[in-house]
Amino acid sequence: MPEPLLEVKDLSVHFPTDDGLVKAVDGISFSVQPGETLGVVGESGSGKSVSFLTVMGLITRKQAQIEGEIIFQGQDLLMLPSDEMRTVQGAKLSMIFQDPMTSLHPYYKVGVQIGEAIRVHQKVSKQEAREQAIEMLRRVGIPRPDERADQYPHEFSGGMRQRAMIAMALSLNPDLLIADEPTTALDVTVQAQILDLIDRLREEFNAAVVIITHDLGVVAEHCDHIQVMYAGKIVEAGDRRDIYYNSHHPYTWGLLSSIPRMDETGDKERLVPIRGLPPSLIFPPPGCAFHPRCPHAFDKCSTDIPDLLPSDGHHASRCHLTLADKERIFKEEVLVRS
Amino acid sequence: MGRYLIRRSLFMILVLFVVSLITFIIFVKLPASDPARRAVGRATSPENVEAARIAFGLDKPLYIQYGRFAKGLIPWPGLFLDEDVYYSYANFVPVKEEIFGRLPVTLALAVGAAVCWLMVGIPIGIISAVRRRSIWDRGSMVFALIGVSAPVFWLAYLFLYIFWFRLGWAPPSGIPIGMSVLEAVLTGRFILPWAVLSLTFAAFYARMVRGNLIETMGEDYIRTARAKGLSEKRVIYKHGLRAALTPVVTMFGLDLAGLLGGAFITETVFNLPGIGQYAVNAIFNNDFPSVMGVTIFGAFFIALANLLVDVAYAFLDPRVRYT
Repeated sequence: MPEPLLEVKDLSVHFPTDDGLVKAVDGISFSVQPGETLGVVGESGSGKSVSFLTVMGLITRKQAQIEGEIIFQGQDLLMLPSDEMRTVQGAKLSMIFQDPMTSLHPYYKVGVQIGEAIRVHQKVSKQEAREQAIEMLRRVGIPRPDERADQYPHEFSGGMRQRAMIAMALSLNPDLLIADEPTTALDVTVQAQILDLIDRLREEFNAAVVIITHDLGVVAEHCDHIQVMYAGKIVEAGDRRDIYYNSHHPYTWGLLSSIPRMDETGDKERLVPIRGLPPSLIFPPPGCAFHPRCPHAFDKCSTDIPDLLPSDGHHASRCHLTLADKERIFKEEVLVRS
Repeated sequence: MGRYLIRRSLFMILVLFVVSLITFIIFVKLPASDPARRAVGRATSPENVEAARIAFGLDKPLYIQYGRFAKGLIPWPGLFLDEDVYYSYANFVPVKEEIFGRLPVTLALAVGAAVCWLMVGIPIGIISAVRRRSIWDRGSMVFALIGVSAPVFWLAYLFLYIFWFRLGWAPPSGIPIGMSVLEAVLTGRFILPWAVLSLTFAAFYARMVRGNLIETMGEDYIRTARAKGLSEKRVIYKHGLRAALTPVVTMFGLDLAGLLGGAFITETVFNLPGIGQYAVNAIFNNDFPSVMGVTIFGAFFIALANLLVDVAYAFLDPRVRYT
């Protein structure tokens, strides 16, 4: 196996608050290979965004207690001084965010904002940066990019803004692009376009991509690997087929059962929601954090924290059920639905 | 933009008309004393009072009286503050002469103080926001609290006592006869008035800038700026301040305009012959033409500042467009 592009080892991000320590990310380890697409799935508060904002250096030790290692291209980003970290941010490692409406500065022209990202990392003239920005806008499929570059974000539609964000993020040809819920704020028709664009650009720019989402349906076609997070921990990780066709964790089952299907015939079945609310991150439930909501929980689940155990190669899950039970329940209850 | 400006200008004229009408009604309905009687003095005859009444035009119907004053408010050479109508009932000095004679004093006071409070308030606000919860922030906010709470008249006397009387660092108050406003500014006679007047505003602006900047720094586009790898300095000064200072422009325009109508307390304590002093004396003397003159004068500045601020906004915030 080649050396991973990004390797996160036992990362914890805890926020001290007046109410107690919020354990937003609680000991996660994973890696991203060059050129691959990793999907990170979980509901609000599962720690999926926080972990990657920390990778990106946007959550620092000023705001949170951070432990573990984030090895990116051989160096631990958590040990880098902030000025060295800035040479990585935006250049080798870049990020796009959930809401393109608010992620661009309302007072600066789009072309200027993209040009700024270029000029911070490369010694080029304003004119040169502008031309590169226009070229990037063209590559993300914005028509008449030379005119659009001189417009302000409010003159762009939501999908166009997200395209502009992507143009900005890719303008320095990064090795890893982190997309934090890139389609959540967009119209359904635009969502697919943006995901296809990210796919296409990943190949063109030869970058690895991390797509963070709460919607398993979104990552289905676009990800090589998927990891499911719950209450700050990875509860299941595997390649796409493992997660969709042979999932081993009750939480993932819940996510799969709540994806609407359009192709079912004559079936008026309702979606099955996951019961209950996400757990407190200050006082997580004892044992498995998911057990209060888990329909398959038994005694051991409320006392012992399960480990993330691989069942084969790199498919791993964090659940006390036996492998045989997992496969049986998945086939009987989940697969028939989805 | 052109149509917008025309509409706003017409609206401004309407506002000034209403202000002048209300001022006139107050004068008619709440007479402190008969201006004609006051003008002729104590030992006099009814004929003299009557003559004064006719001279002031107070014998005419009210709408004609108002019409005479309203005509003098039209900003046109020959009409504006016409000396035949707009003269003081107390000392017969034309209102125009008083206002334009006093304007440089008020202008020097207001503009100087404005420069001071911007130069003090904005940096303090920035430091507080950037070093939030630090000793600098706490110290600045204590300063702001004192500045906002301290009454100007008390502060003015305190400053005079300390910096002029005890320490002798600043020249005394007032502008001696024969000294021009420029000379007074150059010899430092405005330093204490500026300091006192700007302190309250500086405190207020520091708090406003701090609040705005803290709010802005939590915006998504600040996170984007950081994700680009920009230095913290650039994130704060280029991306943060640009958005945080825009509302400050609005406040500044209105505050400065308000002061151009006269800063009475400061002018009184420091004995500066400005418009504020004149306005208050005119009100005490029930000197209607003077009251009308300074009221419209002040209202004009505030209405104009409102317009300018709104126009400036269209340039500062690309999302704002007027049609």
